[in-house]
Amino acid sequence: QGVPKPFTEVIKANIGDAHAMGQKPITFLRQVTALCLYPELLANSTIPEDAKARARRLLAACGGVGSYSASPGIPLVRENVARFLQRRDGVPARANNVFLSTGASDAIVSILKLLVSGEGRSRTGVLVPIPQYPLYSAAIAELSAVQLNYYLDEENCWALDVAELRRAVTEGRRHCCPRVLCIINPGNPTGQVQSHQCIKDVIKFAYEEKLFLMADEVYQDNIYAKGSAFHSFKKVLFEMGPPYSEVVELASFHSVSKGFMGECGFRSGFVEVVNMDPEVQQELNKLVSVRLCPPVPGQVLLDVVVDPPQPGDPSYELFMTEKQEVLGALAHKARLTEEIFNRVPGIRCNPVQGAMYSFPRIELPPRARAAAEAQGQAPDMFFCMKLLDETGICVVPGSGFGQREGTFHFRMTILPPTEKLQILLEKLSSFYSKFVKEFS
Amino acid sequence: QGIKKPFTEVIKANIGDAHAMGQRPITFLRQVVALCTYPNLLDSPSFPEDAKKRARRILQGCGGNSLGSYSASQGINCIREDVASYIKRRDGGVPADPDNIYLTTGASDGIATILKILVSGGGKSRTGVMIPIPQYPLYSAAISELDAIQVNYYLDEENCWALDVNELRRSLNEAKAYCNPKVLCIINPGNPTGQVQNRKCIEDVIHFAWEEKLFLLADEVYQDNVYSEGCQFHSFKKILYEMGPEYYNNVELASFHSTSKGYMGECGYRGGYMEVINLHPEIKGQLVKLLSVRLCPPVSGQAAMDIVVNPPIPGEESYSQFIKEKESVLNNLAKKAKLTEDMFNTVPGIHCNPLQGAMYAFPRIFIPSKAIEEAKAHKMAPDMFYCMKLLEETGICVVPGSGFGQREGSYHFRMTILPPVEKLKILLEKVKDFHIKFLEKYA
Repeated sequence: QGVPKPFTEVIKANIGDAHAMGQKPITFLRQVTALCLYPELLANSTIPEDAKARARRLLAACGGVGSYSASPGIPLVRENVARFLQRRDGVPARANNVFLSTGASDAIVSILKLLVSGEGRSRTGVLVPIPQYPLYSAAIAELSAVQLNYYLDEENCWALDVAELRRAVTEGRRHCCPRVLCIINPGNPTGQVQSHQCIKDVIKFAYEEKLFLMADEVYQDNIYAKGSAFHSFKKVLFEMGPPYSEVVELASFHSVSKGFMGECGFRSGFVEVVNMDPEVQQELNKLVSVRLCPPVPGQVLLDVVVDPPQPGDPSYELFMTEKQEVLGALAHKARLTEEIFNRVPGIRCNPVQGAMYSFPRIELPPRARAAAEAQGQAPDMFFCMKLLDETGICVVPGSGFGQREGTFHFRMTILPPTEKLQILLEKLSSFYSKFVKEFS
Repeated sequence: QGIKKPFTEVIKANIGDAHAMGQRPITFLRQVVALCTYPNLLDSPSFPEDAKKRARRILQGCGGNSLGSYSASQGINCIREDVASYIKRRDGGVPADPDNIYLTTGASDGIATILKILVSGGGKSRTGVMIPIPQYPLYSAAISELDAIQVNYYLDEENCWALDVNELRRSLNEAKAYCNPKVLCIINPGNPTGQVQNRKCIEDVIHFAWEEKLFLLADEVYQDNVYSEGCQFHSFKKILYEMGPEYYNNVELASFHSTSKGYMGECGYRGGYMEVINLHPEIKGQLVKLLSVRLCPPVSGQAAMDIVVNPPIPGEESYSQFIKEKESVLNNLAKKAKLTEDMFNTVPGIHCNPLQGAMYAFPRIFIPSKAIEEAKAHKMAPDMFYCMKLLEETGICVVPGSGFGQREGSYHFRMTILPPVEKLKILLEKVKDFHIKFLEKYA
């Protein structure tokens, strides 16, 4: 609108979209996908043989990317996903339990649709972490389910606390029928990676309280902190053995949008369902057929993600180099972010153990809170708007994700290139200090 | 399972998936999307400049110049602009605003989303959605999923499956007793029926919607599939505009298109768009919010849609090949449409309305009472029984009319015209032989 601003560009550190912030796609993924889209490229000498072999297999399996696939996805890809899961967890996985989807969001919404029922006091309650990724609150609202909040423990690196889960369920039972427990691990926006013990405790809890576990694991490749490791809910469930492994109902979600791939625009993911009643699973099959099938180019891309180049393959070295570069940079930026923020009095940033975000807590002086209120804004929204206006840096206020009453946060991605991120972090820190001074 | 069958292959004439039946993709479309997917190819001499130009433009509209970025929930801006230009050209200059264009994950996504916005109320005030019988079962499925009320209006089989406003009125008035009918869905050209509504008919429908304050949902995904002499596609938007300001400023309309049909047949991309007219600005705000739950439509599908609305033009390098491929597909379909209609109408006990457009034949079949009895004994709809027998004895897979709805006591099946001509001829012969034998068996 022509108003001069004290900055030259808006820096979007608000959305978990890696490519938008300059991260490069993984070459092999794009080669195989392009080959499937335009098989004439099989004659192109600049594309390696292993990519071509992969494309030929996929083309034979799907009859071309222009055809509808079966609604749960191309059978070959479902099988490859099952093999991937088996390799990852050491636990058998069946292709029939794998449903490919239009991003993880699509599968999450479909599963929730199956689980939401009842009326009034018997309406389904869905437990979500606070802070949460607002797909959950949005889907719950859309389905008129009941949102039940359980608070992650900020003092303890955003850990899950079963006592808090129990409190949430017990309170929830007073006005609805809690049926679903959603976990995001690694966490968004909080970035914590849950420990093995914690996951066991959650599974036990779900078993005791007869809750359907939804494990959003889209950041499973984004693990940075020493001492943190990704443990899939499926793996831990089966390690625990019967009765848990035979009874607990679980849906685990993954996506090509995050990890080292960052292929958000392809809208591709999957859900693995465990211990789902066969009749319900049949209904799930029916439900996903309303939208016919997930985008086939995305299914093709997913296939390569779960079945990447192996040592000895022509593309292996480049693939590994690119993958490690992306993950290494993210790990470095995760540490950098935590370090810089924690130097600033009034900002407290938990370790970014995984995912793609920092979610620092900021102290806001009473005068700032009053000014926000006067404008009808949440105090952290007020802060973020001022930040945007004065520096061009765009982050998301904590109130968008939920937080304990009286605390304030913002979510910033670690996706901008390292040099830019460093400048960003420093600018934000100076802005914060100025802000506090101005409103003290 | 090792049981011997009297045929060598199953012929799937059941789904509107052209590529699955051997139709080739349009080269230019695949080139552009391949260039967008693997931009290294922009340096390759084996791609024409006009394809590269379009690819660069699309990539510039993407975050980080990558198909891998989320787009805005409404879709990439320059593609929405291209869609608006396409609509304006198609409709003879009637203006289209990019702001009213929403790219979607196939037309099905757009249709389900609009229905979500429109369905409300409870008990007798629950939203009623008027749909044609026979219909494409996305509508019944979506209505069921949303707990809306399905309100059937019958197309006129005696009259080439035309829409009859008297029937619309009958259906609406009956429905008012138990629900709040608010939405009128039209599929033109029709699926499964293949009729192309004439201009007068569309005017009458628009007038009816205006009178009764109904939200018009115009499913126009087969707009490129028009075959019969004397038939022409008229978009609801264009006719609405031509009817003047009283209609154009008031009737709420959503029109849908897709990359899945036409001459493109790109079902797997899940590309589509909807144009919404006269939607209240606050509702449009809610619409974007609703769409944002699923973030954005697949960007490769958005790119495919862009080529559909922004194809090569005369003078461009790729034009002659593009036009050749497009015309080849459409002429082939037109030929098969006529072939199918003619062939079916030589069979005693089969009556097939002209396939004016779309991709399907929906012939009416006479099923003798003995067969109806046996179907009942097997707890099957008579036309399902017929289709199962057809499959078992010939390997030909079609869809029973009961899947789409039909007048009580009438039976049909839907068969696509997508198999290659030679195969289609054999298919039709086989169906003919089967039908004659079936009539004899159950005489």
